[in-house]
Amino acid sequence: MAKPAKVLLNVPAIKADFPILQRKVRDRRLIYLDSAATSQKPKQVIDATSDYYSRYNANVHRAIYELGEEATREYEGAREKIAGFIRAKSPNQIVFTKSTTESLNVVAYGYGLKGKLQSGDEIVGTVMEHHSNHVPWHFVKDHKGAVLKYVDVNDDGTLRMEQYDELLTKRTKIVTVTLCSNVLGTINPVKDIVKRAHEVGAVCVVDAAQAAPHMSIDVQDLDADFLAFSGHKMLGPTGIGVLYGKPEALDATEPLLGGGEMIREVHLGRASWNDVPYRFEGGTPNIAGAIGLGVAVDYLTKLGMDAVRAHEMEVTQYALEKFARLDGVHTYGPKDVKKKAGVLAFTIDNAHPHDVASILDVEGICVRSGHHCAQPLMERFDLPATARASFYVYNDLEDVDALVAGIKRVQEVFA
Amino acid sequence: MSASYDLYQEQILDHYRHPRNKGPLPDATLNARDSNPLCGDEVILHLNIDGSRHASEVRFEGQGCAISQASASILTTMLKGSSMEEIEALDRDALLKKLGIPLSVVRLKCALLPLHVLRLALGDSKAVRT
Repeated sequence: MAKPAKVLLNVPAIKADFPILQRKVRDRRLIYLDSAATSQKPKQVIDATSDYYSRYNANVHRAIYELGEEATREYEGAREKIAGFIRAKSPNQIVFTKSTTESLNVVAYGYGLKGKLQSGDEIVGTVMEHHSNHVPWHFVKDHKGAVLKYVDVNDDGTLRMEQYDELLTKRTKIVTVTLCSNVLGTINPVKDIVKRAHEVGAVCVVDAAQAAPHMSIDVQDLDADFLAFSGHKMLGPTGIGVLYGKPEALDATEPLLGGGEMIREVHLGRASWNDVPYRFEGGTPNIAGAIGLGVAVDYLTKLGMDAVRAHEMEVTQYALEKFARLDGVHTYGPKDVKKKAGVLAFTIDNAHPHDVASILDVEGICVRSGHHCAQPLMERFDLPATARASFYVYNDLEDVDALVAGIKRVQEVFA
Repeated sequence: MSASYDLYQEQILDHYRHPRNKGPLPDATLNARDSNPLCGDEVILHLNIDGSRHASEVRFEGQGCAISQASASILTTMLKGSSMEEIEALDRDALLKKLGIPLSVVRLKCALLPLHVLRLALGDSKAVRT
């Protein structure tokens, strides 16, 4: 062993909070290493959503009666918790959406397509973005004549920052970047990226889907104009997402969904809009989802996001060391855990990633295989697909050992 | 090897490691290619149909997982020497029986990709991804 493990979180106690981690898969302990796709949920979150439906189910913001009051209080309470979690100045800067994807589409549509962008204005992205931070900008290119430019990555999976500087011009109006790559695990220097974007007068959109669950985020320190993330990757329910925005950025954004809740007055043929953030929440929202996400935030806050990050650095460091000793196994992205989150894309010689995932599945180990909704990045590394293991608060070194043993089984089968 | 490794039986691994009839066929009379967008599995099929309407030569090219590539290899062995009538009658049950492995819904797509490409080669406009 290279060095003694000093994992900070009490994983057995955490595991006990997750009902699904008590089940077996084919008589084997479930080893869940796909939290980058979606995290598991603690019973506190499951109970909170169930509690809403069991005890105070009512629509928010409208009902006069007690149940409606309670539902509204809990829903808005969740908004306050989330604002605190990312250190937003005000809960009014927190918009509930259904996902990171919807959040990014709201910005691309409302700020890009319907906003002040002119034909020929430039949007700078990166090759490591998830499809959800590529495709909405394609719409802006196709319908508004915006020009898309992309920052490449170095072979070690870090962004080519010198190239970023070259891409920025007076015509750059939007810079959009992930805080953490869902394939390489690269943690990007977003504070610096935002600063340089502001210097040319552009706004910066940050995809925090992979970052918010795993590290402390301070939107004021980052100075991001927009920041998007999802509930389901951070112990919360599916179908709830968040869009944070600076007040002036949200004010300059047209709503994507027209309907109830988002209006002030409606007349035949015309309407005026509600205030931010409600302007962006047309239709009955995912009330249970928002409340569940609030409880997930409580759970993570109690663990401490710095402890969560330190724990994942330990597990990732251990995995990188173990993988480095395996012949014929290749990992992608930074090798320095200070620059890398707990996401480990890997390939095994002579075994296709789907076969790797199938064989690991037999061992009760859940890993992702494929292009991870990041085809441009896979093309950059000339990879048709990879396997990917990702770690969270309920994973420990034993899980890594099981993964390594599983990889050895794969190598036996495909020897 | 435990019973739960049924997916990777010797026949499948053998066809994956030592694919039969793999390579280009410049004079082929029927050709088609398709890929599985989820996995990136790719199969290209070439058939040479002779004057007596038999597949005198069949080859495949491609890349991907063991299941898709072994299935393509096995399919070529089934097609070679067959009449057009036999080829047109070849259905998924026949291929799956020959593969002889239990397949989940996701892996079924890998296994059936070569058959889908065969349908494209035959010009079957009804060829749909299964």
